[in-house]
Amino acid sequence: MKKIIWILLAIAILLLPLTIEDYFLNTVIMVLLYAYLSQAWNIMSGYSGQFSFGHAVFFGQGAYVSTVLLTKYHITPWIGMLAGAAVACLTGLFIGYLSFRYKLKGIYFSLATLAFAEIVRVIVENMAYFNKTLGIMIPLQDNPLMYQSSSRLFYYYVLIIMIVGITGLVYWMSRSRLGYNLIAIRENENAAQSLGVNTYRNKMVAIGLSSALTALGGTFYAQYLLYIKPVSVFSPDMSVNILLPAIVGGTATVFGPLVGAMIVIPFGELTKTILGDYAGANLVAYGILLILIILYMPEGVSRKLGWRKNVGIAPAKKYDK
Amino acid sequence: MQTVIGMYVTFGLWQWFGLNPYLSIPISLFLVFLLGVAIQRTVMERVINAPAHNQLLVTLGVMMVIENLALVFFSPDFKKVKVESLEQSWRFGDILLDKPRFFAFLFVIAITSFLYWLLHRTRVGKAIRATAMDKDGAMLVGIKVKQIHLITFGIGAALAGTLLTPFFFISPHVGNTFLLKAFVVVVLGGLGNFQGTLIGGLIIGIAESFGGVYLDGNLKDLVTYVIFVLVLMFRPTGLFGGNNK
Repeated sequence: MKKIIWILLAIAILLLPLTIEDYFLNTVIMVLLYAYLSQAWNIMSGYSGQFSFGHAVFFGQGAYVSTVLLTKYHITPWIGMLAGAAVACLTGLFIGYLSFRYKLKGIYFSLATLAFAEIVRVIVENMAYFNKTLGIMIPLQDNPLMYQSSSRLFYYYVLIIMIVGITGLVYWMSRSRLGYNLIAIRENENAAQSLGVNTYRNKMVAIGLSSALTALGGTFYAQYLLYIKPVSVFSPDMSVNILLPAIVGGTATVFGPLVGAMIVIPFGELTKTILGDYAGANLVAYGILLILIILYMPEGVSRKLGWRKNVGIAPAKKYDK
Repeated sequence: MQTVIGMYVTFGLWQWFGLNPYLSIPISLFLVFLLGVAIQRTVMERVINAPAHNQLLVTLGVMMVIENLALVFFSPDFKKVKVESLEQSWRFGDILLDKPRFFAFLFVIAITSFLYWLLHRTRVGKAIRATAMDKDGAMLVGIKVKQIHLITFGIGAALAGTLLTPFFFISPHVGNTFLLKAFVVVVLGGLGNFQGTLIGGLIIGIAESFGGVYLDGNLKDLVTYVIFVLVLMFRPTGLFGGNNK
């Protein structure tokens, strides 16, 4: 019985894009993209509690590395995305090395990651190699081998594969030694260490994984929009967009980021449509939503729903300071 | 966030009532203080015991609301306060001294000395420091933690906003520029090290000015961040040490 439900669900997901309008398909793709990115963020920040406010740095690197390889050296983004992931992973490990050596944490770690994202943005904005602030256009070539297609369906299916992959990874992680170690670090790092958890190494694994996976999302974004520029991919706003679905849906849960993205992205689209005449009004509404969710559902919507399978040990009410 | 409120209050007072930005300091301080109390009461008090990142996110939400309200009411255009008597600069040989910046500098020195005195020589200051060290402990010995939070929320930053208006453009998102720099300055000086912060601020300021002369475009912003990374690498407790946790 259970099997049949899963199969029906899978068929529904595969057929969904054939039944809806183009505009809605675009919204669905955005929901999935941010669910993916937020899940990548969740691996490090959700589970280990090291809140990154600068994931845009990995995202932007994924977008820029694959795009530069494509436009300058004609290397397909399928390979470029791996190169982007490698670069982002190294950056992540570097940031981790600098921050975790001294147990930089809480708000200080958050601001440090924010600073790193700004550093990379300023560097890219000033290098002619990256076309400075103008950004890079990706030439049209309707060829799935070049990670491009004139049909949105292609992007939809690519994202579905990415989502299934990362959700499976997080599901595995949440019941693996790594996952439990990270949660122990989140709850009380000193106690975890005294019990023999190598906190430094676990955090490094988490940031390495998280940054590489975020970069893959960056490549997708570049190939989907076919235009990238530093202010959009490296901005603090992007960092916030990446972390928001996980916060709303519930950090350190398997389905939280997906649930969160299903709320946040349509809400953003809706307010943009309704309040579009007043620049900024939609972001006021967005900010109010953020405040309300943290005040009334600090553990996330998906925990409120209380799914049994949604593995996730809720954070204790208060962390060590 | 408070910087933005301070700037727009000063700008509003100047635009509608023609008030000199320096004369409006008491008024804008008072208004920002009222706003701070309102925000503290409605939102921040509910997350005082929440994990640090949730506090950060709520602050971010409040910032988003305020910045974008400013965007709705004042448009995204960059604004500037123009006061004739404050436009000039003094000339000493080859050195040009910008009047508003000079006044801001004097004010900063005065205010820093005042804050230092407040924090280290008065009962209120003692209470503030105790609250920062251990909220629960402070509450236990009878300090009214809520009131302390109200007092500390934004007085200094609001002042900064007012002082900046004569020579810095005003835009809804200007706060971000200062948030990170303020953080870098504090880390450089050592967390919780008062004199260190002042010296850290001087170092960053001078480094940026020189960066502006020798580097193109917005590369001078990089100077601040590079200093930040270097400090993290070699002196994570700040140049002068601090109560680093």
